[in-house]
Amino acid sequence: MMQDTRIRADVLVCGGTACSASGSQEVMKRLREEIAKKGLSEEINVVKTGCHGFCENGPLVIVYPEGTFYVRVKPEDVPEIVEEHLYKGRVVERLLYHEPTTGKSIPTYKEIDFYKKQKRVVLSKCGAINPEKIEEYIALGGYEALGKVLTTMTPEQVIEEVKKSGLRGRGGAGFPTGMKWQFAHGAKGDKKYIICNADEGDPGAFMDRSVLEGDPHAVLEGMAIGAYAIGADEAYMYVRAEYPLAIKRLEIAIDQAEKMGLLGNNIFGSGFNLKIHIKKGAGAFVCGEETALMASIEGRRGMPRPRPPFPANSGLWGKPTNINNVETWANVPQIILKGADWFRSMGTEKSTGTKVFALTGKINHTGLAEVPMGITMREIIFDIGGGIPNGKKFKAVQIGGPSGGCLPESMLDTPVDYDSLTKVGAMMGSGGLVVMDETTCMVDVAKFFLNFTQSESCGKCTPCREGTKRMLEILNRITSGQGTETDLVVLEDLAKTIKVSALCGLGQTAPNPVLSTLKYFRDEYEAHIKEKRCPAGACEKLAQYFITEDCKGCGLCARNCPVHAITGEPKKRHVIDQTMCIKCGTCMQNCPFKAITKK
Amino acid sequence: MKTVADLKALREKLQAEMQVRSDSGTKVVVGMGTCGIAAGAREVMAALLDEIAKRKLQDVHVEQTGCIGMCEKEVLVDVIRPGEDRITYGKVKPSDAAKIIGDHVVNGKIVQELVVGRIERQKK
Amino acid sequence: MEMVNLTINGVKVQAPKNATILEAAKSAGIHIPTLCYHPDLKPEGACRLCVVEATGARGLVASCCYPVAEGMVVQTNTAQVRKARRLVVELLLASHPKGCLSCRKSGDCELQRIAADLDVRNHRFDWGERKTYTLDDSNPCLVRDQEKCILCGRCIRMCRDVQGMNVYSFARRGFHAMVAAAFEQDLSKVACSFCGQCSAVCPTAAIMEKDDTERVWDAIHDPDKIVVCQVAPSVRVALGEEVGLAPGSIVTGKMVAGLKAMGFDKVFDTNFSADLTIMEEGHEFVDRLQHGGVLPMVTSCSPGWVNMCELKYPDLLPHLSTAKSPQGMFGAVIKTYWAEKANVNPAKIVSVSVMPCIAKKAECVRPQLRDSGFQDVDIVITTRELGKMLREDGIDFTRLPDAEFDSPLGYGSGAGAIFGTTGGVMEAALRTVADVVTGQDIQQVDYKAVRGFEETKEATLNIAGKEIRIAVCNTLGSAMKMMDRVRAGTANYHFIEVMACPGGCIGGGGQPIPTSKAIKKKRMEAIYSIDSNSKIRKSHENPEIKILYDTWMGKPLGEKAHRLLHTHYSPQNR
Repeated sequence: MMQDTRIRADVLVCGGTACSASGSQEVMKRLREEIAKKGLSEEINVVKTGCHGFCENGPLVIVYPEGTFYVRVKPEDVPEIVEEHLYKGRVVERLLYHEPTTGKSIPTYKEIDFYKKQKRVVLSKCGAINPEKIEEYIALGGYEALGKVLTTMTPEQVIEEVKKSGLRGRGGAGFPTGMKWQFAHGAKGDKKYIICNADEGDPGAFMDRSVLEGDPHAVLEGMAIGAYAIGADEAYMYVRAEYPLAIKRLEIAIDQAEKMGLLGNNIFGSGFNLKIHIKKGAGAFVCGEETALMASIEGRRGMPRPRPPFPANSGLWGKPTNINNVETWANVPQIILKGADWFRSMGTEKSTGTKVFALTGKINHTGLAEVPMGITMREIIFDIGGGIPNGKKFKAVQIGGPSGGCLPESMLDTPVDYDSLTKVGAMMGSGGLVVMDETTCMVDVAKFFLNFTQSESCGKCTPCREGTKRMLEILNRITSGQGTETDLVVLEDLAKTIKVSALCGLGQTAPNPVLSTLKYFRDEYEAHIKEKRCPAGACEKLAQYFITEDCKGCGLCARNCPVHAITGEPKKRHVIDQTMCIKCGTCMQNCPFKAITKK
Repeated sequence: MKTVADLKALREKLQAEMQVRSDSGTKVVVGMGTCGIAAGAREVMAALLDEIAKRKLQDVHVEQTGCIGMCEKEVLVDVIRPGEDRITYGKVKPSDAAKIIGDHVVNGKIVQELVVGRIERQKK
Repeated sequence: MEMVNLTINGVKVQAPKNATILEAAKSAGIHIPTLCYHPDLKPEGACRLCVVEATGARGLVASCCYPVAEGMVVQTNTAQVRKARRLVVELLLASHPKGCLSCRKSGDCELQRIAADLDVRNHRFDWGERKTYTLDDSNPCLVRDQEKCILCGRCIRMCRDVQGMNVYSFARRGFHAMVAAAFEQDLSKVACSFCGQCSAVCPTAAIMEKDDTERVWDAIHDPDKIVVCQVAPSVRVALGEEVGLAPGSIVTGKMVAGLKAMGFDKVFDTNFSADLTIMEEGHEFVDRLQHGGVLPMVTSCSPGWVNMCELKYPDLLPHLSTAKSPQGMFGAVIKTYWAEKANVNPAKIVSVSVMPCIAKKAECVRPQLRDSGFQDVDIVITTRELGKMLREDGIDFTRLPDAEFDSPLGYGSGAGAIFGTTGGVMEAALRTVADVVTGQDIQQVDYKAVRGFEETKEATLNIAGKEIRIAVCNTLGSAMKMMDRVRAGTANYHFIEVMACPGGCIGGGGQPIPTSKAIKKKRMEAIYSIDSNSKIRKSHENPEIKILYDTWMGKPLGEKAHRLLHTHYSPQNR
């Protein structure tokens, strides 16, 4: 139903997964109650939106038309917002975002550093619309690209436009999207499929989830355009079952689009049909690999198979199939609507457009940031991400998830584009960025990612199943002080051989975290092996406990030591026998004088 | 929905709802401090909103602000048209709403008799 | 066939457009080592042993599934390839028990051979974790030693793609990935037909037949026992491979001599009881045909198939012929007819059968097969086990003088001989059925329509003016499709033969390893040559069969025959 324009304000509450987890549902409920109490329900709308990306500061509440941006709003803050801001027009200063460096409060989000350098294309509607109302998507031009494609363009013209835009796959390897479409378009077959890969599995990555939660129709519209281009009439949305909110929003979106005739049969009277199914994945990391993903949709165990044949020729159920990931699909409607040239105007020559990154780790502003390609890693981490918290020094950034690599300070001015990142030993991946400070041990980081890929290996091919296991064991040996110089040779040998001989992309890239840390942080490996020392002080088993001059000789440490490694006369400084010490830390906890240190 | 024209028509209808979230267009700011409310700011705002609705104006936002220190001139209403000076009207009554909207917001003709101040727009 | 030109190791090679690099290399005489590859199965590219460098490919590619292309340049022996291959073997050895000496597969193990070929003697991961699993010997047929599994997936592909049983699949992830039956249960708990095809393709000792040779030796060495054996039709055309002869060698005489040399008191021929089966099954078919019995009638000599029917098609059990399998009939006859004739105490008889089949080990312990008053067949060993016993006994097989089967029960017709191949039971039955129905001695005994490797064969015959529609299935996969049609009422046949194994018994789960289609073809040719060289080619003309009926058994389907030679089936629930 149309509302009259008496609505003077929209209060947007982020309903993304992160903000929901920190209580945004309760905030929204209180807002509605308080607004009703004040009799303002007629003139103020409360809108649940998708993710704004500034997740660290959630729950987020934005009041329009002013655009006032409130952060970390708790339910008990709601009466004040309603009374002061919505009723009396006074901004609630204490709930505004304060720049960590200056302490200055920032009233609207566009002025926050986190957003200033961003270029929000894919995320443009995330947080600005109610994802459960197709009307809001349509009001902002939604489904016009599909209309344009179906009524004025041939499939060949669509493919040409996407090719011209330079769009490359946002899921990992960066294969040119238009070319992929052309292969599927050219493949012989009366039945073809479109798949959206929403099996986001990299640790720390949540870009796709946010897009699906915040702007599901953009992805659906992109898929419909792709389906028209390659000649498919059926599509699968493969979403991890761990994304219940995304699934719910997609279900609502598909239902609404079908009811409006924007999906289904004879869309816009063009004779083009599209049925989109949602398939929930059980969350195996390897199902992000396209051949494993298709096996999973077919009801088999998600295991990759060798290519060729490529999915474009023989994909789902042996039919020509085109797979792109969420972010890739979400770019498509805007490319069609605004043109390839507009898209090319962002980014670099070979990496056009923008990329969404999930910022996590030792960084002030964790969250989602969309930036033009070609921006430097330094700008993302320091200008947008606000740098390293607690006055610590930057050490490395891991980009590209388990398939990516760790880049040191000296590589921070590397432009973020597909080819530059690959050149320095990382990769774009799906866009996870994990920032590490000086307290992070790089061997430990490599171990973390390898542990992930090893336990997620499908087990099919020998190099990945057995090889990454042995690599992981070597890393465990190194971080527990048992590593030898031979281990390092074997580790590197394994890494290089697995890279060329594993069956699928996941196996081939699994050694990357080790190779890149060996490349940039070899000294740390060597310190662990030769000096039995963890330079970052992170590896527990390499830590050494010492009793300082502050020791009063009370004997508490010696009494509590489970292996009797501490000796000393009463009232004299005690000593720890390093050969007996099992590094349990009990002495340190029990010392009343803080006279025990760990190095 | 059968045609692209249907979609465009629906979009135009729906855009109005979303207008409040756009940062373009004309802003009408009502002083809503305690002083303003006491002087009848809520009634003025309601009248302004009614008038905007009646004229089906799309690109106009009504915002609130707190006390700006000219309490005896309440109810204060500012009109800021894109690219023009900020005009402040004082002692506005609900009955003035139609004139402010009709003359100034729509036609750009300042309602001189109500003006209490003018802030020049920032020049670059 | 469209051909493409490529270069492998500098050699110009022509290959069909849809060939793999491995096939092209093989045709050019270039050997590429393989592990997960098996010529009868769909390639998976999993083990990565067969990797090569090829132009246009990123990294190394698995030659077993990478297609050739015009102008492609392949290198199978670069430093990088060699390194990758050796690492694969090294990694497999690191997770593999080191006890080759005590392993039953030692000498036949593909991993062992490849490690030797590539000269990988050690690995660098002595400190590494090993997988530990409990041995599954829960059933009479197969032993699974998962610690020796290299996850090549051949068993999975055989069981799923060829046999359609889907017993095995991959389970768990990473280092702990494993081949498992449903819910990681023992084989005795899941719907396994015990066809043993998995053991026939397993490159290591991860899946093997249950070893019953020790029990045979114990019996032979027991002076109180009378140890007799029967040898199945397809063993004589495959056993030669166990002692280094070419596939297709017919070694009947030496085989009998070898068994006698090992110490068997009597050596009989299952071909005899195959003829006996035809007598009963043929007459049963005529009876069903003439008296409105359940049709189509389906053969029941293949125990893997019978298991599958009891597991998956219990509603169709009335279609199965009630005639026992040749092994089953033989077991019942030895401990009754022969014991009587030879004047021995049946309690002292140890009846051993040598079979191409793994499922026969389960068949012999069926409670239904104790009609002699004892367990009719005591021990079943496979062709492979017999080969092992011959080697163990130090018998120089090729120098043995030919010996004859013992009589009675030692003569089989050509019809009995062809029981060893797909189509053979049908053909043998038709030879007898035609004579019985027409009352004539029909000279045309070759039914070529039922011969060959095709998984499903069908034909329509005219016997005494009546149209008889028949079908022949080999592999459980094709049997399943056929049974679905029977269930749906769309299988418009009178008589169906089913053999569980690909190619029939010549491709049985207990036959020599390696087995491939090319090898099976040789064995099949040998079987048909035994048949065509036989003086008597019809079961009912076998003089020993005639004597049995005339002097002792009575008539086919008669009272005694019913008691000793027929059986019943019951649904299996696992």
